[in-house]
Amino acid sequence: MTRQGAFRSAILDPAQPMPPDLLDGRGGPAGRSFSVYRNNVAVSLTEALEQTFPVIRKLIGARAFATLAGTYLRAHPPRSPVLSRYGADFPDFLARCEPLAHLGYLPDTARLERALVDSYHAADTDPTDPAIFSQTPPEDLPRLRLRLAPATRLLRSPWPIHGIWRFNTQEGTPKPPHRSQDVLVTRPDFDPLPRLLPRGGAEFLSAITSDLPLGDAMERATETAEDFDLSALLGLLLQDNAITDAALDEEAP
Amino acid sequence: MLDQTPVNTLPHAPGVGYKPQHYSAIIADPGPVRWLEVHAENYMGDGGRPIAQLRHLAERFPISVHGVGLSIGGEGRLDPDHLARLRHLCDWLQPASFSEHLAWSTHDSAFLNDLLPLPYTDETLSRVCDHIDELQESIGRPMLLENPSSYLAFAESTWEETDFLAEISRRTGCGLLLDVNNVFVSATNLGFSPQGYIDAFPLERVGEIHLAGHDTDEDDHGRPLLIDSHGRAVDEPVWALLDHTLARSGPRPTLIEWDNDVPDWPALVDEAARADAALVAAHPAEAPA
Repeated sequence: MTRQGAFRSAILDPAQPMPPDLLDGRGGPAGRSFSVYRNNVAVSLTEALEQTFPVIRKLIGARAFATLAGTYLRAHPPRSPVLSRYGADFPDFLARCEPLAHLGYLPDTARLERALVDSYHAADTDPTDPAIFSQTPPEDLPRLRLRLAPATRLLRSPWPIHGIWRFNTQEGTPKPPHRSQDVLVTRPDFDPLPRLLPRGGAEFLSAITSDLPLGDAMERATETAEDFDLSALLGLLLQDNAITDAALDEEAP
Repeated sequence: MLDQTPVNTLPHAPGVGYKPQHYSAIIADPGPVRWLEVHAENYMGDGGRPIAQLRHLAERFPISVHGVGLSIGGEGRLDPDHLARLRHLCDWLQPASFSEHLAWSTHDSAFLNDLLPLPYTDETLSRVCDHIDELQESIGRPMLLENPSSYLAFAESTWEETDFLAEISRRTGCGLLLDVNNVFVSATNLGFSPQGYIDAFPLERVGEIHLAGHDTDEDDHGRPLLIDSHGRAVDEPVWALLDHTLARSGPRPTLIEWDNDVPDWPALVDEAARADAALVAAHPAEAPA
């Protein structure tokens, strides 16, 4: 094994022996000063994970989170020095974690936290002019194609992830309801916002992100929810600067 | 006083490591702080608040970009994706300075998020020089290389650290970033004279000085083991070592680094004011006869 290969193994796994031929500068062996590196790596990467997943940490407790962060680090060390990306597969790791199987909502809650961080760092874009909706003749509206801002993220879950997130981040919020919740993360300015979607909303937005025109997206939504309120959702999207482009699709019938 | 080869355009004045929580305070009143340093890896997203803040700050202050993740001392090749990100950042920001570390952090594509040590041999020397050539070529400017804080030494080392850094600078044309706290930490941990290290350092190549606080632990023999924690005020012996350095080098861009347990802005202003006083005292025109 190379010098740095031995360092890497010994740093990630305290059960491994210290690399050989390390000195204390006075002719003696280096001793426990090697553990400074082990500690720096474990502590700094645990902190990086805590910054992205504060709600998961709150849900399972700081100690359990630190233990989990250590296991995760050994299995999935960061692949990039851009640490805001660390933990991309942490939600999947949580889903495979046997001792946490009884907390089925953790992976999707982690996906929401991951989405908030991704949204925070996403590209800036100018919102579309809302006048496009009033200026387009009503009969042409179904042919309108919308593009969502790069900072938006759609999440669908059988768990009340919006309620769980709010309950654990904002004081005085009610306990999460016992039902599935779909969420759209938007970024009106610089701070990402998880928006609870009404029934049909996720079907509508999935269709929009698949580049289907408004009419088709509306059809998808009403298949799920007959009372789907298009103007309410469009109003929310405009308010949150979530639509960057709206243009008539000239080729559609 | 030494003639300095220009390796950056930072003012010979105090700067601080930028923390987003200080944004409004800095804009309102920077006090003696004349420039800011940011960690490159925190500004590699596509947009959002970090990039917007940095654009705004760059209109008011010279910015030093300090990389903490390139792994210049790594056994493997430099990460081409990361090189491209650094180039992109330097292209749009046009910082007054770019610096990185004599250390490694990535092995077998695992990034360990610490500045890990390397032995000083002919082999590591030529590898580090190749990596610095590649980086400087990529970002189109000379970089500054920072001396590490050390907790141990390698049996196979054949070079003194100061000679190793001088030779890298000679071969690649890079400047040096002298971290005076790192010198004090390493000297205490490895049992050498910090003043002797400064006296042997190629000060004419220094384009920036770092100051920071350290923690104190104990090694196996009950001797002090200093940890480069960046989590508190600069210690008295480090201020004294700064004076020792500036008396030989003349004023240089001097940075207060405080990355953990970050205090309110006034505490950083106090540290910067003290650095400012040390810089003024070292200035030939203003030094007492």
